[in-house]
Amino acid sequence: MSSLTDHIAAVVRFYVDGFKSMTVGRSLWLLIIIKLFIIFAILKLFFFPDKLGSDYDSDAERAEAVRNALIINKQTTD
Amino acid sequence: MNDLLGVVDWSRAQFALTAMYHWLFVPLTIGLSVIVAIMESIYVRTGDPKWKGITKFWMTLFGINFACGVATGIILEFEFGTNWSNYSWFVGDIFGAPLAIEGIVAFFMEATFVAVMFFGWNKVSRRFHLTATWLTAIGVSLSALWILVANAWMQNPVGMIFDPEQMRNVMDNFTEVAFNSVAMNKFFHAVFSGWVLAAVFVVGVSSWLLWRRRNVDTARKSLKIASWFGLVGMVMTMWTGDGSAVEVARVQPMKLAAMEGLYDGNVGQSLVAVGFVNPDKKPGDDLEAIKGEISIPYGLSILANHDPDTFVPGINDIIEGRTITAGGDTVYGDSYADRIAMGKAAREALSRYAAAKSAGDTAAMEQAKADVMANFRYFGYGYLDKPEEAVPPVALTFYSFRVMVMAGGYLMLLFIVLLFVCYRRTAVLEKPWLHWLGIISIPVVWICSQAGWIVAEVGRQPWVIQDLMPTRAAISDVTTGSVQLTFWIFAVLFTLLLAAEISIMLRYISRASKKNIEQPE
Ligand code: HEM
Repeated sequence: MSSLTDHIAAVVRFYVDGFKSMTVGRSLWLLIIIKLFIIFAILKLFFFPDKLGSDYDSDAERAEAVRNALIINKQTTD
Repeated sequence: MNDLLGVVDWSRAQFALTAMYHWLFVPLTIGLSVIVAIMESIYVRTGDPKWKGITKFWMTLFGINFACGVATGIILEFEFGTNWSNYSWFVGDIFGAPLAIEGIVAFFMEATFVAVMFFGWNKVSRRFHLTATWLTAIGVSLSALWILVANAWMQNPVGMIFDPEQMRNVMDNFTEVAFNSVAMNKFFHAVFSGWVLAAVFVVGVSSWLLWRRRNVDTARKSLKIASWFGLVGMVMTMWTGDGSAVEVARVQPMKLAAMEGLYDGNVGQSLVAVGFVNPDKKPGDDLEAIKGEISIPYGLSILANHDPDTFVPGINDIIEGRTITAGGDTVYGDSYADRIAMGKAAREALSRYAAAKSAGDTAAMEQAKADVMANFRYFGYGYLDKPEEAVPPVALTFYSFRVMVMAGGYLMLLFIVLLFVCYRRTAVLEKPWLHWLGIISIPVVWICSQAGWIVAEVGRQPWVIQDLMPTRAAISDVTTGSVQLTFWIFAVLFTLLLAAEISIMLRYISRASKKNIEQPE
């Protein structure tokens, strides 16, 4: 058991030391964190709902919604 | 209807913006990871610490690009779910589990091996480190596999069966989906074009070092490796590009006709080397299609089928379903008018299926399902009113194809000249014209690569899935305003990110170039 914790500690140390000794990396990590925040916390949450996932409860309802959309809503001028 | 077109156009513009932006980073990640692995292999084989320095220099540039590009692709998936929900549902398995598994595997592979690459220099053995670098390179290419397979399926929907009950395409032959020749050509063409792009990037940065007379040795060594790598990449890109053209001729003849601005095809069809698309030309009229044409005899027949006597149909032929057999007979297959009739029959049958389902009439459901399936291969034509709507934007496809191929030809020459100079005329390596040639080739290769995607994606319009679903049917019930808003958010966000990437890269190159790259601290 202790050898497992040793391994985990070594892996954590590997990453922590790596991050600490970075030079260009610091601004990169900042950039990545800001980017991920914008993508997931702002864009995904407020602007990109999963339409079918959130509007319907079951796959059968989703299938029906798509069927109706493809039969009726997108009818062209015919 | 107008609002529908507005939503479709804005959603397409948004998707194009996101995809093109994503594709600024991806090919560089694909190619540079292999170049770095090659450099590190030289270091491990020779034990020469100078190569360690060179590897670290390019690896840092790889890291900057990786960091800026990572997760930009996820936005495309958001767009599928929000703007293109009909499409996302309809494609079923293709965009489901395999893409998610690939994402997770790629994430863990990259998080592990990229970390060893960057943090492990003095902590793991040389061989272990090298293995991690190669596994990163392989992982990066593999993580592009399924999305390219999915894209290929949209161009050539095989290996799936449509189920009107689930309203999805259900995979019935994995091998056919994953390993059909359209998918394979697409995957390798995209990956090798990434090699070419990264090679040109290394050539360009090395040329800048030579121009500034900084780290000249590093620049020369890098230039040599990049030129070999680029040449191999280019030969493979051309080979797979040729394979792609044959596949396009087979499964998307309308795209090939648009790539060539060809309206009336011939046996022994020539290929337009130089020419301008007549913007007034419409299918079925008598106007000249290409102005100022200089053509290569038999070129298109050879490109399309590796046979100078092949008949290549033009837009008018395809609309009328006309082809000329190897024996010289003119035969007629399904015209676009027939296809539209079949598409409308399929939609009408789907409507009957829905009605029978709500009435609980299983016999009528079975009959309706059989009618849907009998006409399903042209389902998407049911949304068109006239055959001309199935013609893609000819000019954009035509010019993009020429940009890709001509830039490819130029870059091939560039690599050959550079290799000649590196081995036979090293004095030329000091000439500023050569440095500038290297530097200006950087934007050329990016334009070339983007042009490739324009050919593939604009050339297949109006289809989002070839013959089965036009873009206008794929769209969700969203408002134009909301798509416009997110379009502009993306435009600003991407511009800022790109500016950040370029400035971090330039600052790093400038700072590193002032020290001895071959003697890292
Ligand atoms: C010089 C000969 C070339 C030929 C004959 C060629 C041919 C093609 C064809 C036919 C397509 C469309 C495939 C489809 O619609 O499914 C394509 C796409 C593409 N090409 Fe090329 N190409 C060439 C060179 C290049 C070069 C030099 C690059 C970049 C460095 C490049 C990058 C791309 C990309 C990124 C795509 C989109 C992905 C794909 O569909 O494979 N191509 N090419």
